[in-house]
Amino acid sequence: MAGSAGSVCQTRRVFGVLIRIDSVTKRYPDGTIAVDRLSLEIPDRSITVLVGPSGCGKTTTLRMINRMVEPSEGTILLDGKDVQQQPVNALRRSMGYVIQNAGLFQHRTIVDNIATVPRLLGWNKHKARARAAELMKRVGLDASLAERYPYQLSGGQQQRVGVARALAADPPVLLMDEPFSAVDPVVRKGLQDELLRIQDELGKTIVFVTHDIDEAVKLGTMVAVMRTGGRLAQFAPPAELLSNPADAFVEDFLGADRGIRRLSFFPSAGLRLLTSPVVAVDATAEQIAARDTAGAPYLLVTDLDGRPLGWSEPGDLTAGDVRPERLLPHGRPFVAGTDSLRAALDCAVLSPTGWAVAVDAGGRVTGVVSQQAIAEAIRGAHAEGRADAAADAKAVR
Amino acid sequence: MNRFFDIPSDLQHSWLGLIGLHLREALLPVLAGLVLALPLAQLCVRFRWLYPPVLWVTTVFYAIPSLAFFVVLIDYTGQTELTVMIPLAVYSLVVLVPAIVDGVRSVPQETLAAATAMGFGPVRRYAQVQLPIAVPAIIAGLRVATVSSISLVSVGMLIGNQGALGNLLHDAQIYNRPELAWNSVLTTAVLAVLADAALVLVRVLLTPWMPSGGRGRRPKPAADRPEPAAPALKDAAR
Ligand SMILES: Nc1ncnc2c1ncn2[C@@H]1O[C@H](COP(=O)(O)OP(=O)(O)OP(=O)(O)O)[C@@H](O)[C@H]1O
Ligand SMILES: [Mg+2]
Repeated sequence: MAGSAGSVCQTRRVFGVLIRIDSVTKRYPDGTIAVDRLSLEIPDRSITVLVGPSGCGKTTTLRMINRMVEPSEGTILLDGKDVQQQPVNALRRSMGYVIQNAGLFQHRTIVDNIATVPRLLGWNKHKARARAAELMKRVGLDASLAERYPYQLSGGQQQRVGVARALAADPPVLLMDEPFSAVDPVVRKGLQDELLRIQDELGKTIVFVTHDIDEAVKLGTMVAVMRTGGRLAQFAPPAELLSNPADAFVEDFLGADRGIRRLSFFPSAGLRLLTSPVVAVDATAEQIAARDTAGAPYLLVTDLDGRPLGWSEPGDLTAGDVRPERLLPHGRPFVAGTDSLRAALDCAVLSPTGWAVAVDAGGRVTGVVSQQAIAEAIRGAHAEGRADAAADAKAVR
Repeated sequence: MNRFFDIPSDLQHSWLGLIGLHLREALLPVLAGLVLALPLAQLCVRFRWLYPPVLWVTTVFYAIPSLAFFVVLIDYTGQTELTVMIPLAVYSLVVLVPAIVDGVRSVPQETLAAATAMGFGPVRRYAQVQLPIAVPAIIAGLRVATVSSISLVSVGMLIGNQGALGNLLHDAQIYNRPELAWNSVLTTAVLAVLADAALVLVRVLLTPWMPSGGRGRRPKPAADRPEPAAPALKDAAR
């Protein structure tokens, strides 16, 4: 998917353990075992993703945390305290909950929807509404939507309201059950980016359920892959999941292109960028000739601000008469340093010349790099990864 | 024409007086029916097995002719308005109970899950989420119950002048004044139409959250929500 080819997935910091799921089993009255001896330590202030095929017990697991479903065996500790010992409604109000299709109250306005939990907690109307307005801004909703009803919003906007409503009472924990799966891919990417941004600001403990492995890899600090029958297949950070799937099931679930996706975790900062095959549109004949000697098969022409215009064979360039419309398209450039090796490789593969264009944050060319050079960088990164893993392994022993 | 509104003195009411009487005899039973139907419907929602037998009983009651009711009741309540109103209240249940049950059940699963997850207890959830969302369906039921109640009051004339506007039919016969029958029929019809319009107005005022002007502007997620049970109820009442 285009979305995950973007910037380097950051390894977010992991704090203490907030939610501990301790060999929990859920047997429904009809005998279905939805969750089977599941143990998970969900770290504080980070996004933990539960992912797995349909019916593997993700929703059940999530709902046991806020006691919408009671476990048959085992315990769930929140901050060291058994959730089953806590008053159920107070417990639920201390956890935000977001679901697919948002589940908004269709009979209440947007601000009233968002203000629901603060009102339940006894805030006065004025304060609750002020808080709701603040949250609308935080999740990127225009204030003019405040007095509308849910039917007047798009699916993506409704989902934002769902997130705002869950955050309204500033709960430490956020439970999200496939919150973005009913919206189109573009809106979904926007919502995911927004969630990451909000998480960077607020540092909640988020348990996020999805069946989309790309979403899991993009959002998760830790990812728990579950298999049918409610058992845990692997619990690891996404980069480790991609490089070391625990078994054939996980490998299968990750999909055929996990090698490519793993590149999302390697920064492009180490790439050696060439500046010699870059010429400005107003270059003189001498400058062009000088570039020609650089040995690159193509020259990248930039405008006067340094933004890319397109590729040209050196012999086709005439000083003073460069026609941008006759250049080969340069494709989508990658942002050097910020974007991952995956993005760089993607640019190179899509480029008609096989060379990727690197730009800075302002879109000005900082250099070009060939597929071969990217491949070398990938090999280097993998070797480094193995060395790190070996070092970690030693450290553990 | 001026004989049209000249009400025989044996009815002891002016034309307007008869209208007031008629409305009271028609609307109080619907109100009583609603008060009875709300908890009954809630029980049917809570305990699913209860719904079919309740529906069956209300339907059987509906099938009993009002005259049969009067015969039984007259021993207890005499030739009073109450004898007319009790059967009407019972009849209204056949529309109101399913209207409320369907309305409450039409609340989307995810809305209920969200309410529970936010810490709504069952009572609060019923009063603040399920019932308000069921309002359109409940009012659709009330419309049918009200209109049929207004037309049914007239049979009260059978037990001695307890039929309000219906009594005009009787007088039309004994005094040989057909215009009184016309008066009875037309006034009843106009009352029914006005009462119905009033309920539509109440619905509009209570549900600013409904997409106005039908289905035109509904966004995707709301599109597959079931419509309130209004059309089905009207069919059921026929
Ligand atoms: N109330 C219930 N009674 C009986 N069985 C249930 C109940 N709820 C869920 N199950 C079963 O438990 C298993 C796990 O269900 P759950 O909803 O947790 O799966 P899930 O991973 O969330 O699936 P999906 O991705 O489709 O949402 C399924 O086999 C489901 O059929
Ligand atoms: Mg689920």
